[in-house]
Order: sequence, then structure tokens, then C-alpha cells
Amino acid sequence: MRDLLRRPVWPLVALLLLNLAVMPSFFAVRLQDGRLYGSLIDILHNGAPLALAALGMTLVIATRGIDLSVGTVVAISGAVACTWIASSPDPASPGTALTGIGLALALAAALGAWNGFLVARLGIQPIIATLVLMTAGRGLAQLVTDGQIITVNNGFFAGISGSALLAVPLTVVVAAAVYALVALVTRRTALGTLVEAVGINPEASRLAGVRSQSIVWTVYVFAALCAAVAGLMISSNVNAADANNAGLWLELDAILAVVIGGTSLAGGRYSIAGTLLGALTIQTLTTTIYSVGIPPEVSLVFKALVVILVFLAQAPKVRALMRRRRRRRDDAPPPAATAVPAETAGSGR
Amino acid sequence: MRTRTTLPALGKLAALAAAALVLAACGGGGGGGGATAPGAGAGGEALTLGFSQVGAESGWRTANTKSVQDAAGAAGIELQFSDAQQKQENQIKAIRSFIQQRVDVIAFSPVVESGWDTVLMEAKRANIPVILTDRAVDSTDTTLYKTFLGSDFVEEGRKAGQWLVEDTAGGSGPVNIVELQGTTGSAPAIDRQEGFAETIAQNPDLKVIASQTGDFTRSGGRQVMEAFLKTHPDIDVLYAHNDDMGLGAIEAIEAAGKVPGTDIKIITVDAVKDGMQALADGKINYIVECNPLLGPQLMDLVKKVAAGEEVPQRVVTEETTFDTAAAKAALPSRQY
Repeated sequence: MRDLLRRPVWPLVALLLLNLAVMPSFFAVRLQDGRLYGSLIDILHNGAPLALAALGMTLVIATRGIDLSVGTVVAISGAVACTWIASSPDPASPGTALTGIGLALALAAALGAWNGFLVARLGIQPIIATLVLMTAGRGLAQLVTDGQIITVNNGFFAGISGSALLAVPLTVVVAAAVYALVALVTRRTALGTLVEAVGINPEASRLAGVRSQSIVWTVYVFAALCAAVAGLMISSNVNAADANNAGLWLELDAILAVVIGGTSLAGGRYSIAGTLLGALTIQTLTTTIYSVGIPPEVSLVFKALVVILVFLAQAPKVRALMRRRRRRRDDAPPPAATAVPAETAGSGR
Repeated sequence: MRTRTTLPALGKLAALAAAALVLAACGGGGGGGGATAPGAGAGGEALTLGFSQVGAESGWRTANTKSVQDAAGAAGIELQFSDAQQKQENQIKAIRSFIQQRVDVIAFSPVVESGWDTVLMEAKRANIPVILTDRAVDSTDTTLYKTFLGSDFVEEGRKAGQWLVEDTAGGSGPVNIVELQGTTGSAPAIDRQEGFAETIAQNPDLKVIASQTGDFTRSGGRQVMEAFLKTHPDIDVLYAHNDDMGLGAIEAIEAAGKVPGTDIKIITVDAVKDGMQALADGKINYIVECNPLLGPQLMDLVKKVAAGEEVPQRVVTEETTFDTAAAKAALPSRQY
């Protein structure tokens, strides 16, 4: 919990307050057809795919890697599931949907294993290795869907994003469960430390007895699985698979979420809570643009400004400057005796 | 020691080279592939048409490609088809290869608007007439191409606005409209917005209260509509620049407990099959067609141009509009 508080929560809070100022009913949540309904729920629901993709990305980045193929895997998983459902003899049955979902997840695991193979076994730079799938994979998705948008009409499949558990959208429940599970497995067992060790120095950790290769392999498979679940959520949300546009540039948003959350791209240190915060911040930013009514011509500039502000505020030099100003202000009245040691302790981190 | 360190490095190199090969194959393969097949050539009795398509980025585009291929077959025109995979350099390569093969006519849908003067000049010097389809180029020298065959996006926006003006003619207070725009900066998005705004200005009761881009996608349409529904509780009409965004918005409207087509009237552009289905079901109220089936019209122009006949500089695709009854009638024979 203290970990979460040290993360930059303020951009998220500021965005939410901005929304509240424009639209007083922004925090209002009501029940609609047995499901929570409101802007905050939209942020969680629409942010769930990004949050999942960013979670997989966090672990990959922690091993000093990067996965550019996330968006492509999103497109492939939606394409495979929807094409399977649409072309089956019984396109409305839950069994068909389950098979389609299973196929999508299995294929994603195979694609993740391919990335892992290129990176861990062949030692190819992760950015190049995953670029292969990023470029070729969307073509694969288009091949599966034949270049068309595949519309499905399957109650079970629609339920991935349409149904709710105790009034909470299933997407939010799933994302939260995966986050909790990963936090538990990486922080309550040695796995998290091992991932960090691989990220700091793969060779040294291998010599120290860590099975670096298997760990790298595992994180890429996990990232692809997260992306596949995100893809199923995205395509279920509109009951269609759009191989051209689904998950387009999602990998960049995922990387952004990871970085906003304070994980270093150099690998070795990561924060799951930070990533969640980053993903929610990005989604809130998107929702803010829609609800505040920022014209589309300038919305990208607005996004860029917010992101630059967030990073400036996190930059060590800027923080040091702020601290110095605060100290000067504190110095004006007679300084308290304890102020000096507290300040030196603070600047230590 | 040395061999032991160089071996893995070699392996790495080989793998990188393999990756580069895969990437290169993906990037350039489609560009020349379709164009290099030996054609009948000029001089034979059958006309040869070199056609360079943008890519296969949407269902609309796929239908467009199929229409051109089918119409060429029906008209007895030899078609050299090349897919540019949304890259201008592929398209320029394809056009140069058409010039080398001395096809009778070149037709293409430009990926982007600018940068065509050089290659079009080459075609002109080789005396090969050029027809633009679907999208225009921004060349100031209009002698570089014979004609431009495509939809009039402004007119599509006007038709959408006209229906709304007629539908609200009874006049019962202000009508709140939200607009889902296409990709920011794209010609169809700009023109469809312009035509619509211009037409609804006739009736001061009609007001666009929010307009945002949904990037021509269903997901985008849904997310933006969700936000609109919360910010503006009193939406009467939705105008979406394509069917897909409208379909996404329908999901958002239903999730909000409202009835699409009744509580909120919906107007879209395109008339793809899924959109027509929604129109037949009463979830969409009106669709302005943007017809991808311009193959027959194109073949007509190709024959005229090859015979040296004069053709107009601008030919507008034949397009119509659909209400629920028309959609029900047209749906069984809808090809895309």
C-alpha cells in the first residue's frame, strides 16, 4: 500500500477532478440492468484491456526486454475467436464460443513462445525479435478474417465484456484477479526477485543458478496471454473482430503505462501497482478528452502535454529543484530542529 | 577462446538476417508481386489495365478490389493487379512497372494525396493515360491524369443532413446532435462533416452539441458514445461518418438502457452489410451509401480513354440512400 502511495497518483487525481469540474455528475454510479453504470465504471471497463497488456509488458520490461507484438496478438486473438465462432455450424452456442476462446489463447501462447524462443534461445534483441511478429502478425490476422470485419452473434462471447459479477463488469473482475494473482506469485514467492535478477544481469544470474532462459521464455508467453485476453475483451465489446484496427498501437500505450508507473526500461525493477496506476491514468486521459469535449484536432497535443508534465514531475532534476524551493520556503520562518535531518533523509532516495 | 565467442555471435547474425528477410518480404512482397506477371501487352486486341490498389485495410476496400477484378473479367479487359499494402513507395514501384510493361491504361487509388507528380509525368511521357479511383491527388497539373472516379464525400454529408432536416421538419424544439467523425484529417471525415454542417444550418433548431473522432472503428465509436451519453443526457440524434462507428455506438446506447433508432435516431454513411442489417432491424434510421462497387464504371472509362475519347475530369460514383424499407429489400443481394 505504501508502495502505491509513493507512485505518482496526482495525475490521475488531477484528471478526475478536471472531469468533475466540467461534469458534476462524473462520479455518479448507478445500477443499469443489473450492472454498475457510470463514467468511473467506463474507465475501469475500457481500461481493463490496456491494464492487462501493460501487466504482461511490465514483467517483460523487468527482464530488460520489450514486447512490440502486444497489439498484434490482440488482433489475432479476436480474429481467431470470432472467425471460429462465425464459421462454425452452431454460431450461437456457448460451446462454440469456448472453443474459439480456447483456440485464441492457445495460439497466443504459441506466439509468446515464439517471441521467447527468439529472445531467450537465439539471443536476438527483444525489440527486433518482437518486431517480426508485430509486422507479420497483423497480416496473419487479416488472413484469418479475409480482410473483413467479422461480426458474431453469440451470447456467451458477448458476455466476456457484457456480463457482470455482483454488478461489477466481468472485464474489471478478470483484470483485477490477474493483477492480484501476479502480485501474489511474484511478491510472495522468489519469482519476482528472479525476474529482477535476470533484468539486472542475465549472465550473472545464470551463473548464480537462476534459470534465466526459462524465466525470459515464461514472461513472453505470459505477456502474449495477457494480450490475448485483452483482445477477447476488445472484440467482445463490439461483438466483432477488426483485424486492421483492433489493438493498433496498444503496445505503445502499454509501454507508456509501465513507464508512468515508475518501472525502468533498463530492466531490473518493476512495480505492478505502478503499472495499474499508469494504465488507469492513460484511460482516464482518453475519457477526459471525450467528456471535456477537446476537439479531435488538438486531442493528441493535449495527451502529449499531460504525458510530458507527468514525466517532468518525475524527473530527478525537477524533483530536486522543487525540494530546494520548498526548503527555502520552510527556511523563512525559524526552522524546526528536526527539519534538517528529515530533509537529508529524504534526499537520500 | 576466439572461436567460442564468435560462434554465438554468428548465430545471432544469421538470426537477425533471417528476421530482416521476413520483414523485407512482408514489406515489399505485395508491391511488385501482382504486377510482374507477363501480360498480353499492348498491340493485342485485348486492352490491358494496370491497377494499383491501396491495400486491404477494410471490408469496404475488399469489396472495391473484388468489384474491379470482376468487372475487368466481364469487360474482357486484361487486369494487372497490384496491392500497395498502404505504402506509397510500393504504389510508385507498381506504376513504373506498369509503364515498363506498356499497359494501355493505368488506374490507381492513391495511398496519400501528395508526391505523385514525377511518376505521373513518366506515365504521361510514355503516353499511357491515368485514371484515379476513390481518392484524389493534390497535383496542380490536372493534365497528369485523365479523370478521377470516386465518391463525393461532401455530397454524402449533405444527403445525411437533408434527411434529418426533412425528418425534423415538423419542428418541436431544439434537436441535439452528436457526431462521430472519421480519422482526423482524412478526406471523408472532413468532407462528410462539412456537407452535413452546411445542410443542417437550414434549420436553427438542429445543433451539433458534441463532435469527436471514433477513428472509423467500432471500438472507437463505442467508447466515444459511452462518454457522450454521460456528458449529454439529452442526445436526440447521432450522425456517424461510417457504419462501423455507428454499430459500436449502438452497443453503447443499449448498455445505457436506451433504444437505438427510437430514443436516439442514427444516421450513418457507407451501407456495408452489417450496417444494412442494423438498418433493417430498425436500430439505424438512415444510411447514405458510399459505393465501393465502381468496377463497371471504371471499365467503361478505361475503354473510352483507351479509344481516345474525351471524358469528364470528375466522375462521381453512382450512389443512393437507404431507409429501413429499402434496406430490407436490398439486404438479400448485398455483396459486402
